[in-house]
Amino acid sequence: MTSIRYPGAATSEGAQELSARGQMTAGELLRESGSVLRMSEAAAAEQADRAPGDQETMIINMGPQHPSTHGVLRLMLELEGETVLRSKPIVGYLHTGMEKTGEDLTYLQGPTNVTRMDYAAPLFNELVFSLATEALLQVEIPPRATWIRMLMTELNRIASHFLFLATNGLDLGAISMILYGWRERDLVLQFFEKTTGLRMNHNYIRPGGVAADLPDGWRDDVLRILDALPARLQEYDELMTGQPIWRARTQGVGVLTAEEAIALGATGPILRASGVPWDLRRDIPYLAYEEVDFNVVVGTYGDVFDRYAIRLNEIRESIGLVRQILDRIPRGDYRVQNKKVTPPPRARIDESMEALIHHFKIFTEGFKVPEGEVYVAVESPRGELGCYLVSDGSAKPYRMHIRGPSFVNLQTLPHMLRGGLIADAVAVISSVDPIMGEVDR
Amino acid sequence: MSADDQAVPEEQAVPQEEERRHGAPLTRQLGQVVLHPSREGYRDLVEQLRRDGYTFCLDVTAADYLTHPGRPGLPSTVTPERFEVVAILLSFEGKERLRIRVQVPDGDPVVASLFHLHPGTEAMEREVYDMYGIVFDGHPDLTRILMPEDWEGHPLRKDYAVGRIPVQFKGAPGDR
Repeated sequence: MTSIRYPGAATSEGAQELSARGQMTAGELLRESGSVLRMSEAAAAEQADRAPGDQETMIINMGPQHPSTHGVLRLMLELEGETVLRSKPIVGYLHTGMEKTGEDLTYLQGPTNVTRMDYAAPLFNELVFSLATEALLQVEIPPRATWIRMLMTELNRIASHFLFLATNGLDLGAISMILYGWRERDLVLQFFEKTTGLRMNHNYIRPGGVAADLPDGWRDDVLRILDALPARLQEYDELMTGQPIWRARTQGVGVLTAEEAIALGATGPILRASGVPWDLRRDIPYLAYEEVDFNVVVGTYGDVFDRYAIRLNEIRESIGLVRQILDRIPRGDYRVQNKKVTPPPRARIDESMEALIHHFKIFTEGFKVPEGEVYVAVESPRGELGCYLVSDGSAKPYRMHIRGPSFVNLQTLPHMLRGGLIADAVAVISSVDPIMGEVDR
Repeated sequence: MSADDQAVPEEQAVPQEEERRHGAPLTRQLGQVVLHPSREGYRDLVEQLRRDGYTFCLDVTAADYLTHPGRPGLPSTVTPERFEVVAILLSFEGKERLRIRVQVPDGDPVVASLFHLHPGTEAMEREVYDMYGIVFDGHPDLTRILMPEDWEGHPLRKDYAVGRIPVQFKGAPGDR
């Protein structure tokens, strides 16, 4: 790197970038592919030595502003003609230090922070943070709150997968899909807006329950969504699933075996596409998932098509889940009646001075959470979304860490892109469905 | 940080006989199993656990206990240090997670990398390095991942103030 200072030079990521072929080291090769294949260090060193000079290959940047990198993902690709030889994702362009911010917010403010991480599935972030806080508090939330959480997160899963279908279609040239996917997602978002007041970043699921009960007529609204969707999914099948062009673009592309997926820490649809039947909702159930019936959709080949098909069918499973939730959602309180955690109802504030003080204190000082540390995870649309929370006994988390599934899943990219065509790279990136807000946090 | 015995809170007191797995003290935090290996034994423990069925490494993260040295849940035989590297493993067969907490001293923040056991820890260890400055011995590409390359300091350390970011728009008019 020469040190000419022009405005663009300030964005160089130095050692984080993909090195030129002549400077490629064995360690880098090992990182990119060897470790997964259990390549020995000697073999990697040998291969690095044999690599030709960079006159035959070209390193190009894809992103951070490329439309098909889903946000600010930057991929450095080494190309030989149209073939991808090496690649490296470079992330951090959306990093805003949300884990640091989380240490400065009370437990009640926490959900407003974490909800902005995976902005396509905000309710899951709130859910995992709330579950972690409740685990530390050792409070049990009322059944209705649990079922409302299940209802909302399953609807959120549907919305998130529609977003995936929309962008996946767009990336692969099925341009109409972006309209259809957005149309369907909006049905769900309109219900969210009615329930939580916001279409995204809801701050609806909070430690102790949910922010408000479901609005009047919610059952009809949900039923209207559920009734509309199956026919639309049928349309998708006609538009994409059975189409020879769609299959040619997706089948056998970006294959990841089960061993590789496990080694690389991939979770969610990527892991299931590789044939590993692992879904936290079934295997380590949280909320009330033990009491409902659903199938875990598993793929066989671990290619782009499998990952698409899994998400499409997970929408169908979620529709079935929401129908069961509608039948079984109990009456009762939507938040725990624990004066420590729950602010007094609005009506009480008008008549009682103590209630006013109590309300004020909960929202300014927050509530104290006993010392401890806990790891809680939920199955988000992208995989295992975990929250590691350490409390020092004060009203703010001492350490708040979110295990973002997108962040970990991104590591599968260099492995899947290797040896493929650059046009397939678009399909592979899309199939990982990374949300950069969660990657960078 | 000296090893204060009173730093271990009583409420999580270890039952009569200290439980161990592969030589590492085992505690339970709110029903979750936590192992406390030594820094030297950390990598071997993960390797042994991988043979036991913990084939999936979910997460590697860390915590800085600078302002809260008397942290919860440490067994009495473990000396608390400033940093703690936390690894979370998963067993598909047992359908259970397991947490490992390793004490890492401030003066020598180095710990073995899990990369060769679980390649998926590559990005996570880079994140811990970026945020805490903990060095993972054996990591093939230990560079910053979220912060810019020329960033100074490690933001998630407790002595890194929240508001210490230099003003970005130096050329902007006005003296706000």
